[in-house]
Amino acid sequence: MSEWWTYRPSDFMMFSPRAYWRLVEQYNGDLWPAQLVGVAAGLVLLWLAAVPRSVASRIVAASLALAWLWVGWAFHWQRYATINWAAEYFAVVFWVQAMLLVILGVFQRDGQLQPSAGVPNLGWTLAVCGVVLYPLAGLAAGRPWSQAEVFGVMPEPTALASLGLLLSGGQPYAKALSILPALSFLVGMTTLWILSG
Amino acid sequence: MKRRTLLLHLLPALATVDAVAQSPAPARPAAKPIPSSGEEIPVLGLGSWITFNVGNDPPARERCAEVMRHFFSAGGRLIDSSPMYGSSQGVIGDGLQRLAAQGRVFSADKVWTSSNGAPQIEASRGHWRAARFDLLQVHNLLAWQEQLPLLQAMKAAGRLRYVGITTSEGRRHRDMEQIMRNHRIDFVQLTYNLLDREAEQRLLPLARERGLAVLANRPFREGALLRHLRRHPVPAWAAEIDCASWPQFALKFIVSHPAVTCAIPATGSVAHVSENMAASIGRMPDEAFRRRMAAHVEKL
Repeated sequence: MSEWWTYRPSDFMMFSPRAYWRLVEQYNGDLWPAQLVGVAAGLVLLWLAAVPRSVASRIVAASLALAWLWVGWAFHWQRYATINWAAEYFAVVFWVQAMLLVILGVFQRDGQLQPSAGVPNLGWTLAVCGVVLYPLAGLAAGRPWSQAEVFGVMPEPTALASLGLLLSGGQPYAKALSILPALSFLVGMTTLWILSG
Repeated sequence: MKRRTLLLHLLPALATVDAVAQSPAPARPAAKPIPSSGEEIPVLGLGSWITFNVGNDPPARERCAEVMRHFFSAGGRLIDSSPMYGSSQGVIGDGLQRLAAQGRVFSADKVWTSSNGAPQIEASRGHWRAARFDLLQVHNLLAWQEQLPLLQAMKAAGRLRYVGITTSEGRRHRDMEQIMRNHRIDFVQLTYNLLDREAEQRLLPLARERGLAVLANRPFREGALLRHLRRHPVPAWAAEIDCASWPQFALKFIVSHPAVTCAIPATGSVAHVSENMAASIGRMPDEAFRRRMAAHVEKL
């Protein structure tokens, strides 16, 4: 792309807020009541992240891998790509993250996730934000329940909760596994910021 | 004030306006010839950036088809899209099929890839459900050295009627000028509106000199221009060119430039497309009037 410095983030916004939120609404409607499963799973992961046992860390990693795999497929690939061609690349990023979680978080014997001793640290707080506060923030901003963004269903709360859960322990591979969630969350929030106005 | 309200508010005033403008009001939408063929197309087309990218949402697709129906009813023909515009091409194809309007549309699309453009063009044609495109343009001059020969070969083989290039927001004007001077094309698409008038300096005069049709994109700066102008009343003297609203004011300014063939405002609203299309009817400003329009808007 020539003269790339003359482009603004909004120049890449190829859909309207109405089209985006309508897509989320349809997606939520198709999946209901899977959102309840997502929230419940998120709460269980928060509890597991506070349990100082390595088996818990493997369950957390496997569950996150499943969430990234699902969101990449069901949201990015199946739905979001209909209005944003870049979503196909986002889907691939989500699948790569799922793969990394499995390799580093589930099968890596020495590098397995080691949760903290139950102290609600910054990572754990971020995870709470992703699972609990993020969906509520949308509702507080005036969006209807039908457009709620829930962990395990939508990318941004999934990325935020994953980031928090991974950082909550201080395990060897946490930083490497946190890169894609951090980038995904950043891209998602930039998109929502542009859509908001 | 909403555009429709403003229009209704000003209509009585228009009815009593003295005939002080430059020419008698034509009864049907204005059209201009494509210089390379002489074929006339209406001066207002329909863009599809953002507005037609509604995915697989049935009500939204129905709304877009309704916009197209009003566009055709008002005499419009040219619809412009691109493979870059998400689902817009498929939404247009869907609308054309619903309206059985494949024979009425002047289909303008683009090739937007740095690799072989042929498969992408074929996919685009499938989305439009069209036998062939009327116009294909190299989007933002991407890989134009490869794509232009492809489009010219398609035209020579009778699989395409016109070839063009595009840019937007003033980018790559120098490259565009070079292509306009040295290559066989029929159309150029560029940004031209009340505030973005850089094209007046070189590209628009060159288009006339070289016999190229001009499509003007971003007539409202993606709506930002209208949002700004709506804070102010439409000047009373706009009635001299049968303008009842800011969108009409902005569009008449663009399409009255001698080098501009067609402006392509994008909208997903039936009310807006009807209001926009009304700008192709009635008296058009002459050069002095156009200068007055630009100066007025610059002051706001």
